Amino acid sequence: MSVKKEFLKGLWKENPTFRLVLGMCPTLAVTTSAANGMGMGLATTFVLVCSNIVISLFRRFIPAKVRIPAFIVIIASFVTLVDLIMAGYFYSLHKALGLFIPLITVNCIILGRAEAFASKNNLIPSIADGLGMGIGFTLSLTVLGAVRELLGSGKLFGMSVLGSHFPALLVFVLPPGAYLALGLLSALMNRISLREET
Amino acid sequence: MKSIAKLAVTLTVICAVAALLLSYVHKITLKPIAYQRQQEKIRALKQVLPPYDNQPTKDVLKVGKENLEVYLAKKGGKVVAVAFRMVSHKGYGGDIEILMGVGIDGKITGVEILSMMETPGLGARIVEPAFKKQFVGKTLKNVKWAVKKDGGDIDQITGATISPRAVTEAVHRGLELFEKTIRPKLRSEGLCS
Repeated sequence: MSVKKEFLKGLWKENPTFRLVLGMCPTLAVTTSAANGMGMGLATTFVLVCSNIVISLFRRFIPAKVRIPAFIVIIASFVTLVDLIMAGYFYSLHKALGLFIPLITVNCIILGRAEAFASKNNLIPSIADGLGMGIGFTLSLTVLGAVRELLGSGKLFGMSVLGSHFPALLVFVLPPGAYLALGLLSALMNRISLREET
Repeated sequence: MKSIAKLAVTLTVICAVAALLLSYVHKITLKPIAYQRQQEKIRALKQVLPPYDNQPTKDVLKVGKENLEVYLAKKGGKVVAVAFRMVSHKGYGGDIEILMGVGIDGKITGVEILSMMETPGLGARIVEPAFKKQFVGKTLKNVKWAVKKDGGDIDQITGATISPRAVTEAVHRGLELFEKTIRPKLRSEGLCS
């Protein structure tokens, strides 16, 4: 029951992007297309689950005073792992995400979950928390990317869907469009939540 | 004192384990990464060069002070075209790196974008064939080397002038380099007449 709750909270109630508003740097920078958002989200999910597992397992051995450097070393190691494996076996995805992979290290969602959850909870809930937060992040980035791609270039996952007559709103693929789309989606999410509560 | 020692030991152990793991993964991914890079180079060379029957990645000539690597495309033992990298620092989002092929007659055989960080949907459209194809067949003299907005003959992209301008500038510089340095070098090596 509680495992299910830990998993589900990341999807909506404590969604990292629209609710906790964490990890904004990669969120705003890579969501120029749905595919980029999804790739970034999945890579982050992998690192998040791995770091939650390791930190939860070794939480008793890591002294509180050095926990932050210890967490960062663990997270940075998994990021480098992802970087190397992607470069070797998923080259085109690696090229598209390029610069943003090393940045997963400093994505505050990962350190945030290590500090707030994995360092205080057992293995299974920590995996559920990592998976939920990761998938919530992936979904948010994919939706954000899809909205920006659709409005900005009339495409979805690289395929033309709105036809050439659609007047592309270029601003949505530019940096200001990231803020606009993020704000509109957050508002939409709040609206739906409010209606549920009343 | 004791607690400080414990902290130091714990951190050292964590770092040592991380270092071991990473060096192991680095070792096993070294070959696939090198292979992917090589494949990408061959793919790009095929795009910019006319048909050849040698291996341009192995037929390399170092040219100029900067030791620019010039890949030679040969057919029946004769050089038919060369390919080399050029970098423009005038991109909108940083450097734009291109690979260009030039026939021995001075005509461009192809242009590929190797890396760039231009705006998606705008400047990034320089990677589209419609933009890249227009350079084929152009020489140093048969066109005005500037985008149309600057009074030249190169088509820009709707809404984006900076990125096409940067590519045009790099291609132009590449052609000048070919005429001034690369061709004389080929001649002096007896690789073309």
